[in-house]
Amino acid sequence: MIRAFRCDLHVHTCLSPCADLDIFPRALVGKALLEKLDVIAVCDHNASENVPYVIRAARGSGLTVLPGMEITSREEVHLVAIFDSLSPLQKIQELVYRHLPGKNDEERFGCQAIVNELDEVEGFNERLLIGATELSLDELVQNVHSLGGIAVAAHIERESFGVMGQLGFVDPAIPFDAMEISGISGSAGARKRYPELARYPFVESSDAHRVGEIGQRCTGIYLEEATVSELKMAFAGCEGRYIVCC
Amino acid sequence: MNLEEIVKSLHLKVKYGEGILNVDVRGGYVGDLLSDVMANSHKGDLLITRQIHQNIVAVASLNELVGIVLVQGAEPAAETLEKAAKEKIPLLVADLPAFEVAGRIYRMLETPETQPM
Repeated sequence: MIRAFRCDLHVHTCLSPCADLDIFPRALVGKALLEKLDVIAVCDHNASENVPYVIRAARGSGLTVLPGMEITSREEVHLVAIFDSLSPLQKIQELVYRHLPGKNDEERFGCQAIVNELDEVEGFNERLLIGATELSLDELVQNVHSLGGIAVAAHIERESFGVMGQLGFVDPAIPFDAMEISGISGSAGARKRYPELARYPFVESSDAHRVGEIGQRCTGIYLEEATVSELKMAFAGCEGRYIVCC
Repeated sequence: MNLEEIVKSLHLKVKYGEGILNVDVRGGYVGDLLSDVMANSHKGDLLITRQIHQNIVAVASLNELVGIVLVQGAEPAAETLEKAAKEKIPLLVADLPAFEVAGRIYRMLETPETQPM
């Protein structure tokens, strides 16, 4: 049966250097349930070590956790990649790590904590996760697609690291599945501001870096189940699947 | 060349850094891509950029840059200003575009008035 799912398809954990330490897996899941979300996609900057723990923390709760990553392209554009399972995420992770230079400086950029579903610190990611990969936006979208994932242009309305701010316009040759809006003007405001993007579906996500931000922006999506293939159908508006608020 | 002289000469707005502008500017770097700035700017440089994200301050601190000039009247994000104060990195705003800011500062560094002719 097709029904509405409340989706926040872009949330961070304490693994992201710019996120608060209190956004660890169990806290994240607790807040997502409080916000009555049905689906979240966990997308840390260029990393994914906390994703399995968020999935475990959500087990039995009714919340679907989609494995994801917010990847920084060579052009310093942020791309949200969302998958159905951990195995393609692991493959994109290997690609990203092969092309992500530098080591983190915790003092300056922030802590990158790997925390399990019992709130225990498993370790720290020492790579420069705020850095940019050496992969072009085009290459990244192609790789995400070939692994069966969804590629969403992150926070397009933002001046820093959104595709519009960094590159000026959306190259129609890059097959983004959707545009993400995370600012206060919402998708209605973004529709007015970017009439040239009329052909893309818009989703609203919180891009939460703090627990309190989870679910502050979300998208109602009519699906049969919370999977990537269902999301693709909803983005295309076919077979009775569709996005509500955009 | 002293940063304070550059601030006065180019009429830069001091968003953060009053009282700590008495530092020596050895050179400059222009860039909006943080990965590029991180890889290629040097200690003692003044960063000239249109990027307003707080990571400009982290990069400036990491590479021991003496300050940041935002061009084209760009307003720093709130977190950027907070971070500049925390890291004690002067954050300045020029109304001019990057080309002119860089050109003027370059000329000042090449031919300081105090230099004997």
